[in-house]
Amino acid sequence: MITLEVNGKPHAVDADPATPLLYVLTDHLQLHGAKYGCGLGQCGACTVLVDGEPVFSCITPISVLQNRRITTLEGLGTSDNPGPVQRAFIAEQAAQCGFCIPGMIVRAQALLSRNPAPTPEEIRAHMSPNLCRCGTHMRIVRAVERAARELKAAK
Amino acid sequence: MNRRQFLATGGALVVSFSLRAQPKLPGSLAREPLLDSWIRIGADGGITVFTGKAELGQGIKTALIQVAAEELAVEPARIELVTADTARTPDEGYTAGSQSMSESGTAILNAAAEVRAKLVELAAKRFALPPERLSVANGAIRAGDGRSASYGELVTGELLHVKAQPPAARGNPRERAVIGKSLARVDIPAKLTGAPIYVQDLRLPGMVHARTVRPPSHAARLAALRTAAVEKMPGVLKIVRDGSYLAVVAEREYQAVSAMRALAAAARWNKQQENLHSDLQRLPSQLSVLVESEAAAPAWSAEATYRRPYQMHGSIGPSCAVGLYRDGNLTVWTHSQGVYPLRNALAEMLGLPKKRVRCIHMEGSGCYGHNAADDAGADAALAARALPGRPVRVHLMREDEHAWEPYGSAMLTRARARLEGGKIADWHYELWSGSHSSRPGPAGNLAPAWLLEKPFARPPAQQIPQPTGGGDRNAIPLYRFASTRVVHHFLTAMPLRVSALRSLGAYMNVFSIESFMDELAQAARADPVEFRLRHLDDPRAREVIRTAAERFGWAGYRKQRGRGRGFAFARYKNLAAYCAIACEVEVERTSGQVRMLRASAAIDSGEAVNPDGIRNQVEGGILQSLSWTLHEAVSFDASRITSRDWASYPILRFPDVPERIDVEVISRPGAPFLGTGEAAQGPAAAALANAIADATGARLREIPFTAPRVRQALGA
Repeated sequence: MITLEVNGKPHAVDADPATPLLYVLTDHLQLHGAKYGCGLGQCGACTVLVDGEPVFSCITPISVLQNRRITTLEGLGTSDNPGPVQRAFIAEQAAQCGFCIPGMIVRAQALLSRNPAPTPEEIRAHMSPNLCRCGTHMRIVRAVERAARELKAAK
Repeated sequence: MNRRQFLATGGALVVSFSLRAQPKLPGSLAREPLLDSWIRIGADGGITVFTGKAELGQGIKTALIQVAAEELAVEPARIELVTADTARTPDEGYTAGSQSMSESGTAILNAAAEVRAKLVELAAKRFALPPERLSVANGAIRAGDGRSASYGELVTGELLHVKAQPPAARGNPRERAVIGKSLARVDIPAKLTGAPIYVQDLRLPGMVHARTVRPPSHAARLAALRTAAVEKMPGVLKIVRDGSYLAVVAEREYQAVSAMRALAAAARWNKQQENLHSDLQRLPSQLSVLVESEAAAPAWSAEATYRRPYQMHGSIGPSCAVGLYRDGNLTVWTHSQGVYPLRNALAEMLGLPKKRVRCIHMEGSGCYGHNAADDAGADAALAARALPGRPVRVHLMREDEHAWEPYGSAMLTRARARLEGGKIADWHYELWSGSHSSRPGPAGNLAPAWLLEKPFARPPAQQIPQPTGGGDRNAIPLYRFASTRVVHHFLTAMPLRVSALRSLGAYMNVFSIESFMDELAQAARADPVEFRLRHLDDPRAREVIRTAAERFGWAGYRKQRGRGRGFAFARYKNLAAYCAIACEVEVERTSGQVRMLRASAAIDSGEAVNPDGIRNQVEGGILQSLSWTLHEAVSFDASRITSRDWASYPILRFPDVPERIDVEVISRPGAPFLGTGEAAQGPAAAALANAIADATGARLREIPFTAPRVRQALGA
């Protein structure tokens, strides 16, 4: 048994310690925000936060995650009560198929936590590990800019 | 005979007579004419709308709800939409070819208008008033004296179980309440908060997980397999082997992944001699002349050859399906673009009657055409049959998706033209392409079916006939020339697996035609926009061209060092949306790096149902085409695909993205819906090539325009 703290709650998980976090999230904890895209850390669809930093959950074994704070998309808000970054993505209609967007939102959250007013260039550089195939990039950048503005206004 | 008797007899003779006597029904009503195949209203007033089309991320659910809400005069939120399911919805074939609005949208628009008219007629009888003295709003019909009846009260059992009968008077296009508004997409909030809405997220009670072991190359076959060690691995329930088909099922997902890796290591494969490399012009082909007008063999003013490689769909989420085989019935949850054709293919593969197979669409990662979705459906069917009673989820690994999905065909085109008095007098265009359609229907189009003990052979390559065309889609220019000759060399046997990739041959043909138009404009010393207008008389084509040029600031453009502008236009399939794109690029001469700085587009999709949805599709089309055109080519050696991940098949990343893309939607209320989703692919590629030529003087005729290729073209 390995205990993982996910979205503020401890979870005792019965899985091989070598299991990548992604499989524990989707298969054991029924959290579907993080997506399997490549299993290689090349596309960012599986991005989660570990102690506030973006991490590819598809290549991070649970053995290294004890006593770390794991935050998934679900930890940022719900369908009825979306968080500020999610609200900005909805306002910009920043999705087509939407499969990459959870990873985008989580990675954007990490940026905005340490840089509340990023430039478009900083957003592009920060988001570059994450792939989008539908070509929603323009809207994603706009959504991150909007989230930054709205977070600032709320302060 | 009254309508009820007609329905009750239902004889083939009567039906065929009736079909001959009536004009063709609009959109997919022609395939599924019963009104209640499309719209049902419960006694509680609940409205359910059915479509055989599937949400692929293109926003079709929202647009179809808008169409139904408009004609039924209800709030969009009151409509429940059921999408592609062989047990519930009409058979509308594939969700492909930018046809969902013209087929399903048109069917629902007409069906909804007719349903409303029927309800008004009933209310008129009930109130003993003429229909024109009644008003319809919010799902109820009201008389001037305050009497009202809700749809739920009016509708009775058989009312909608009748064949549609056009023409139904439709709502006034100038008084739209819902159509034409950028309604927020209904599917987005769930997607952005992790609700389990993708088939990849589906978790059924008692569900187990499978992974497949695909051969190392398409022709390799299983020679030997040691299973004992894998069978003892934790959680392993079953090794599925049928000929060279191999999969493993385990309780937990990562157990299945681990067992799959062990199984792959325990398998030995016979490698067949193969040669995947080929000269397209030497492959076996069938020739068809699409256009031939009389002209003497001219002396050409210009000629050029263009090339594209095999390119992949590259869905971000690999394909996935869940199968359940119970009591001789198979259910497959799938993100296939065609649930009915997949059902037929699975029934054939398993030797089951069609009625025992049900395919239910759930969303997957964006597909952009025929990716591995159907293959995964077959994997789920085979694994589920091996483990009756338990739902089995199969998720392909990244390398399976990359190496086994059907690619967009490599193509070659050759254009020649003669100018006379500043105009193109003679135009001669030839193209070489493999098939762009190898979808199920037939089980032989499912990769897993090739590997079985009793394998299914691939059916002969299929052409899609004009006017839509496959490899020859958009091969006939919309421009008017004194003489035109267009020839299609259909390659009947491609060395790599090929099928439908967003816009099929239109991407390459529009890239070629629109690049060549610029080469000719240059030869004629004409402005590229004005040169196009010289050869066009379709007023809608002219308007999108003028609008895109204006938005871009074409007339007042001041070229900066290292930069250039490019323009391109096409009407998708020569019968769907009109799209024109202008863009500006910057080329770094020393590195060969190209960056698109900005793009302005104009699109005419007929009546625009959801303008922001159209903008989203065009923006996405431009960026995806930018990725294809700058970066993408499937790599392979003599026997196997070597593009197996995102490192060996790089695509667009954020730093390559333009600073600005703006899209103007030209709406034409009351005009037919014109397919939009694929309209930008070709124009974006050509506008890019034209802008590079403007920036550097170098003409790139082979896709992709990778940095080394650009450097080479610049002679740097």
